[in-house]
Amino acid sequence: MKKYIADLQVKENQHLNNSYFLLKLTSDQPLAETKAGQFVEIRIDGSKDVFLRRPISIHYTDKEKNEIWLLIQKVGKGTEQLSKIKSGEFLNIVYPLGNGFSIEKNFSKPLLIGGGVGVAPMLELGAKLKEKGIEPTFLLGARSAKDLLELEMFEKFGRVLTTTEDGSVGEKGFVTQHSVWEKESFDQIFTCGPTPMMKAIAKLATEKQIDCEVSLENKMACGVGACLCCVEDTKDGHRCVCSDGPVFNSKNLKW
Amino acid sequence: MVKIHKKTSQTLIKMNTTIDLGKGLVLKNPVMTASGTFGYGIEFADFVDLSQIGGIIVKGTTLHHREGNPYPRMAETPSGMLNAVGLQNKGVDYFIEHIYPEIKDIDTNIIVNVSGSCIEDYVATAEKINDLEKIPAIELNISCPNVKKGGMGFGTDPNQAKEVVSEVRKVYKKHLIVKLTPNVTDIVSIAKAVESAGADSVSLINTMLGMAIDAKKRKPILSTITGGMSGACVKPVALRMVWQVSNAINIPVIGLGGIMNETDAIEFLLAGAKAIEIGTANFIDPAITIKVAEGIRNYMKENNFSSLNEIKMDI
Repeated sequence: MKKYIADLQVKENQHLNNSYFLLKLTSDQPLAETKAGQFVEIRIDGSKDVFLRRPISIHYTDKEKNEIWLLIQKVGKGTEQLSKIKSGEFLNIVYPLGNGFSIEKNFSKPLLIGGGVGVAPMLELGAKLKEKGIEPTFLLGARSAKDLLELEMFEKFGRVLTTTEDGSVGEKGFVTQHSVWEKESFDQIFTCGPTPMMKAIAKLATEKQIDCEVSLENKMACGVGACLCCVEDTKDGHRCVCSDGPVFNSKNLKW
Repeated sequence: MVKIHKKTSQTLIKMNTTIDLGKGLVLKNPVMTASGTFGYGIEFADFVDLSQIGGIIVKGTTLHHREGNPYPRMAETPSGMLNAVGLQNKGVDYFIEHIYPEIKDIDTNIIVNVSGSCIEDYVATAEKINDLEKIPAIELNISCPNVKKGGMGFGTDPNQAKEVVSEVRKVYKKHLIVKLTPNVTDIVSIAKAVESAGADSVSLINTMLGMAIDAKKRKPILSTITGGMSGACVKPVALRMVWQVSNAINIPVIGLGGIMNETDAIEFLLAGAKAIEIGTANFIDPAITIKVAEGIRNYMKENNFSSLNEIKMDI
């Protein structure tokens, strides 16, 4: 897929809670085609502490409104600075980057698991699956109710199950402890979230013999497979998370 | 009178941005890409017309396949970054068989950066690349540790630097660039040593040895603990070294280290560099190379310069 450098205009910067914000970006020009699981690299200028672009996964694309949505957690100086951007301002982005999830594979009952800010690419994935006529099940995990974001958006595209660590909403515990694992069977797993969560899911998938794709977020620089900084040690050797990934089949990882 | 003369000459002057670095290496403009920051060029083909770049110096290539260092290999630092990639590459034979055919017809100078851990490896790699018709030059990375001599860097000792360059010179017949490390007390002595060993040009600076620590975790960030620093923060050191070396040797100097825009590039030309390399800035703006090339042209136009040689410091 052709990659672009583009100045996109911030249509909305919605602060969802203390640590999450949702950016809706648009342009006069039609936005590039993207795949679920791909990401953008945002340039954040004006501070010596934020030198490199920040990779952010595509949360949702709205073709009709010509919008691309990014769900961002404030985790450091870059995302903190980015959270202050106002509607009408422009962001320089390089996109679309990475491989994306393999939605062309043969499956009928996928489970889409997101943890923390890792829920971000699951919305776009659910939307693309729904377009294909496949109704996904989302399993979303968070610390507590206030961190489960945009549930109404997820509900547009499939069934939504949740877990919280404090039990404030959904089932109490981790996503791997949800009762759906006992009650139902799935033929494909897609996941994005904290590494311990994805490792536990990959293990469960192996036990249940379900194909499992995970989206990694190693620290990166170039975003296009040139600098080799973001490598993951896979069964095929070091692979760039930015260009060979971010999505990998869990069976190819040394987990 | 003077003004009229200037105006007339401006319209008549044919601006020439080409630079002849000698021994068959002629750049259409002085902008090249630094090894390890631009892949094999093709990774950036969506963003820039590669033929508008003076030269593309591809990834560090070694005799044998190398997996490189474990992750984490990168740390962001104030106005820069550290890397410890460790020369991950598939080896020179893979390059010749699979990558060379893909890039050889790009209308620019494709230059291979050659690394090694002993003299024999450097020589064998250079000899294989010497046979590739569309590669007009190699850039010898002598910042690597010499495993046969206790791991001390070839580029940190004038005798070792001279030895490796002399041996490569015997087998490599085209333009030989030697890339110098800044992690030395006296870079001029190294530059003179490689000049006397037959280098056609030198490029400097490679990354500066640095370190980053995570205070929260109380651990070093890089798997290798230390790594090479690059980006805007190294520019003053790079400029100083380019200035010192340019004044001390007679072969062309290629300047690099923290060039983020055309002004930075012009500063290197003023310091004495005949050409420049853009490295880390490619990560911030994937189209920076052609913007810098255009910026240098505009600078020449504004100053009525007809050739790059007229860019000189007033000191």
